[in-house]
Amino acid sequence: MSPPVAPAGWSRWLVPPAALSVHLSIGQAYAWSVFKPPLESSLGLSGTQSALPFQLAIVMLGLSAAFGGTLVERNGPRWAMTVSLVCFSSGFLISALGAATEQYWLIVLGYGFVGGIGLGIGYISPVSTLIKWFPDRPGMATGIAIMGFGGGALIASPWSTQMLESFGADSSGIALAFLVHGLAYAAFMSLGVLLIRVPRGERPVAGAPSVLAGPQVSARSAVRTPQFWCLWVVLCMNVTAGIGILEKAAPMITDFFADTSTPVSVSAAAGFVALLSAANMAGRIGWSSTSDLIGRKNIYRVYLGFGAVMYALIALFGDASKPLFVLCALVILSFYGGGFATIPAYLKDLFGTYQVGAIHGRLLTAWSTAGVLGPLIVNWIADRQEAAGRHGASLYGLSLVIMIGLLVVGFVANELVRPVDPRHHVPAPKEAADVERQQPESA
Amino acid sequence: MSNDSSQSPPDRRWLIALAWVWVGVPLAYGLYELVRKVTQLFTG
Repeated sequence: MSPPVAPAGWSRWLVPPAALSVHLSIGQAYAWSVFKPPLESSLGLSGTQSALPFQLAIVMLGLSAAFGGTLVERNGPRWAMTVSLVCFSSGFLISALGAATEQYWLIVLGYGFVGGIGLGIGYISPVSTLIKWFPDRPGMATGIAIMGFGGGALIASPWSTQMLESFGADSSGIALAFLVHGLAYAAFMSLGVLLIRVPRGERPVAGAPSVLAGPQVSARSAVRTPQFWCLWVVLCMNVTAGIGILEKAAPMITDFFADTSTPVSVSAAAGFVALLSAANMAGRIGWSSTSDLIGRKNIYRVYLGFGAVMYALIALFGDASKPLFVLCALVILSFYGGGFATIPAYLKDLFGTYQVGAIHGRLLTAWSTAGVLGPLIVNWIADRQEAAGRHGASLYGLSLVIMIGLLVVGFVANELVRPVDPRHHVPAPKEAADVERQQPESA
Repeated sequence: MSNDSSQSPPDRRWLIALAWVWVGVPLAYGLYELVRKVTQLFTG
């Protein structure tokens, strides 16, 4: 499939909704927990077993983004979005068959393995194209798309809950819900497939810088540079720190104020978690757009430096003031979202647009690592502290100190980022890009 | 190329509006549900 080149006069404002249609869909992954209780009761599963499809999907997201990135660059965004649509939708349809026949392995295979490939390819599918359409505002452009990934769970969570209430929480109700999800997401994502276009020429809009301006580095060369691994550490540390709060948000706020005159109720804790989701989303578009104005290195100084200060405030004064605790947690989650959304633009600054999607895919292995590291640190330490007879805010003291340390490591890694050595640059990026574009047609 | 530059490109404002509504409506629904949950923090 050759990349779809935009006809003359094609508006670049058609590209963000194309990207959003994919990201809002695949963001459903973070709403998997809605299906856990009905699956456990109808198929007799444990909590660990019912989490398996989600965990496999996240592993497949990282693997397919890392290994499929070069294919996405070569075949273009329409091919990638089509693959994502087919895999993500098929994952639900296979899962529907699994639920209908009460064969749980089919749900793991469908949602986890097949759907997970759709997540990874879909996540990176619009990134390179958006950066090429918005060379003047790459942070804002990728921020819109990656905000969609956060927004996907906001849509799917109430929607899936209502569907299960209507169809029933038994295996046939779950099967019907999976079937509707598969068909609806296929229809919704098709907008992206139909609308996505790569810009013709080097300047998609008058006055904007050329998409091939600055150094251009191939994905193969990029992973051999210290800059790539510095950014890997930056992303991993920033995400680990965010997940540290996100993973235990509800029990954390409850424990922090358990011994005070104003304890936090279960419903208020749920409201707190929802507020964190809003901060996560707002950070993705807000901070990423800000990075276009103040620069990528500076914005990561804010995420990592101020993030560490916010964690320190929670550790020192968090249990004394509820507004302070909530405010600090919101800022940390906005930095968490901002870190995700700004990284493609940071990659573009360092490695150019030539294979930025493939490089981004490889960098997402930092996300997979952080996804394991963050919850592990917070849960393990909280369990140990509880076993030692501690309670309340002291359950999290050590975790918070570790998070500050991780953010400092990320801050140092960000300071070490320098322009890429010219020996890694692609000598003639325009010709190389043309060759890349011609390959699918001649194949 | 010369044909492209001599003819005015088609007006795609309706397509742009439709595309943004397509993604905006579900997102607005998600945000509405989010706001409903957030209010529990202050009322719960």
